[in-house]
Amino acid sequence: MTDLTQAQVRERIEQRLGSRHRKEKLFRGLGIASIAFGVFAVLLLFTDIISKGSGAFVQTAVQLEITYDPAVLGIEEVNEESLTWANFTGVVREALRARFPDVSSRSEKRELNTLVSTGAPFTLRDRLQANPELLGKTETLWFAADDDVDTFVKSLDDSAEGFRGRTSDQMASWVQSLKESGQLEKRFNTTFFTNGDSREPEQAGIRAALVGSLLTLLVTLALSFPIGVAAAIYLEEYAPKNRWTDLIEVNINNLAAVPSIVFGLLGLAIFINFFELPRSAPLVGGLVLTLMTLPTIIISSRAALKSVPPSIREAAMGMGASRMQVVLHHVLPLAMPGMLTGAIIGMAQALGETAPLLMIGMVAFIVDVPGGITDPATVLPVQIFLWADSPERAFVERTSAAIMVLLSFLIVMNASAVLLRKKLERRW
Amino acid sequence: MNKRILATSLAALTIAASQAASAARDHISIVGSSTVYPFTTTVAERFSRATQFKTPVVESTGTGGGMKLFCQGVGESTADITGASRRIKQSELDMCKENGVDVIEVQVGYDGIVLANAKSAETYKLSRKDIFLALAKEVPNPDGSETLVANPYKTWKDVNPALPNVKIEVLGPPPTSGTRDAFAELAMEGGCKKFDWIAAKKDQDKNAYKSICHNVREDGAYIEAGENDNLIVNKLVANPNALGIFGFSFLDQNADKVHGSVIEGHAPTFDSIAEQSYPVSRPLFIYVKKAHASVIPGMKQFLAEFTSERAWGEDGYLADKGMIPLPTAKRQQVAKNVREMNALSNLAQK
Repeated sequence: MTDLTQAQVRERIEQRLGSRHRKEKLFRGLGIASIAFGVFAVLLLFTDIISKGSGAFVQTAVQLEITYDPAVLGIEEVNEESLTWANFTGVVREALRARFPDVSSRSEKRELNTLVSTGAPFTLRDRLQANPELLGKTETLWFAADDDVDTFVKSLDDSAEGFRGRTSDQMASWVQSLKESGQLEKRFNTTFFTNGDSREPEQAGIRAALVGSLLTLLVTLALSFPIGVAAAIYLEEYAPKNRWTDLIEVNINNLAAVPSIVFGLLGLAIFINFFELPRSAPLVGGLVLTLMTLPTIIISSRAALKSVPPSIREAAMGMGASRMQVVLHHVLPLAMPGMLTGAIIGMAQALGETAPLLMIGMVAFIVDVPGGITDPATVLPVQIFLWADSPERAFVERTSAAIMVLLSFLIVMNASAVLLRKKLERRW
Repeated sequence: MNKRILATSLAALTIAASQAASAARDHISIVGSSTVYPFTTTVAERFSRATQFKTPVVESTGTGGGMKLFCQGVGESTADITGASRRIKQSELDMCKENGVDVIEVQVGYDGIVLANAKSAETYKLSRKDIFLALAKEVPNPDGSETLVANPYKTWKDVNPALPNVKIEVLGPPPTSGTRDAFAELAMEGGCKKFDWIAAKKDQDKNAYKSICHNVREDGAYIEAGENDNLIVNKLVANPNALGIFGFSFLDQNADKVHGSVIEGHAPTFDSIAEQSYPVSRPLFIYVKKAHASVIPGMKQFLAEFTSERAWGEDGYLADKGMIPLPTAKRQQVAKNVREMNALSNLAQK
């Protein structure tokens, strides 16, 4: 035993105090630095995506005076058939030629025709089919410009010259002339939200992918939540603790860490090759994602059940409730917020998956908006992947815009998980 | 009048088809190469808009993956058409035959592979021999003896004194990519063959010849930049010393950022690839399952659309998407073959 006087003890403590404070500061500083790094990375990602993607929400549009001339359209009598097969391309060409009357040579005419989107005739077809009384009349309409023109017009904001890679001098002068007469402007891009995929960027939209994602997630939720909760309840409330349940637990934890492509291979072998379900269908996508999210839901549901104090169960049993009554009337309502949080996080994970869908044919070009769970469909992240791989310049901004939509969905889902937990969680 | 007849017959056909096989798939299913994907999807979209058929579903699975799915067998659960950025292999044709699949070969056009760099750097004038010497894993000994040494070249000037004194740095696709296969075969093997003693090996030991000509160096001069060509374009802009390997359509769309190297006196342009004077270009194919042509609604019309002048012609919409059209005579021959539905029996047949 060494005998230290109080003064000596005090002295020693004071000696070390400085270094202890320094260490404390360093420790806290490290934490702050990590958070700052994270925030910096997120900010970088968001500014990059938003600066690239915001352009996709506007689309260059061209105003044309359209005459529904029956002679040009080739309509003799009005019926559904003649309206479907009428020469709407000719009408658009006539309108362009009327706007630029001095275009005469064949090659110039050809170039002029590429000023507006190739979707313009189909817009007119739908319009005339809905309002047959327009035949023979003239109206002023806005049409989406071709993607090369759109890219050129948007690049004019950055530099006076603009990106002229695929735009000729001729086209640039037409664009200038339209701009001066107010017949060319950037308008909100509704097509982006109402159309399915397209090879023409100005006609491409995320609607089909969004609906596909929704249908796939519905199937996933409808299957994985009940199965996951039932499995968790059995394992927590009924199952005896023995080697078998240990084995099951190890396996569940293992499955949660299996790379998702493996589930895709499994889905291909079982659902498509064995059960012969259709390829590219949200039904199969949902089944595969169910397999993938089940472990997440089971684990979080078990944790939620575990956090319900045993006194509640004992009290209920003491009042003569059966096992089932204990679970359904008391434990489950208390554990529900935790289970829902787990389910939402599982769904958010499923929403962002592409790898398992590759094998079952959902990485595909889908134009038609799927109407049911067996129609061919794709999902949002796949749409992003496909656009990112496309050569057309105008797809670059659409890729980022689709990422923004996907991110906002993820933020909403994760925020609701946090809110739900805050609101409903009970502490003991 | 004609249009009306067409419309009625189309409608009748759709109804007949849907009644005959009410459970059958009502859309065409296409798989295959990601290089052909932009073109098949373009045709698919136009086809569905102009007719009453559902839009074909086009999956991008890669050439090899597509062949596997395609040759699985006959039946509505298998694909109808597969795209390929190279010709079908004998082994794949055998697999198809084993499973009772008769294939119709349709060559649809060409695709150029370019070696490009940032616009801020000078345009390279290369020969295929330069490309081989710069990128092969093992090259002929610079002292002239007929032996191979590990690639000693560090700069382009080392390879060819006429080239700039810049470190060799090439960004390209990984070995799983069809573009990489085609690049190895067309550009590297093309240069490799210029050495007579290596070319002589082709008859003696085909595997050794292939490994000399196709193996890319792994010492960091060739950088695998992933399958995404847009990414390579962006990396080139950031690094003016590097060259990148990608498809012609990406050069066409990014002409403000990058320019293609001149190979053996020919710059990669639409015309030089169409004339076949640009040496690094490859044929693109689609393979059609003969047995499905009369079962799946719209198959024949889809093929007719694909092989129509407004699609694959010199001024067609596929040319606008970056596909290089076939010469006129070849187009007519292929289109005739498609109309007659002649199946491919062996690879010797052209």
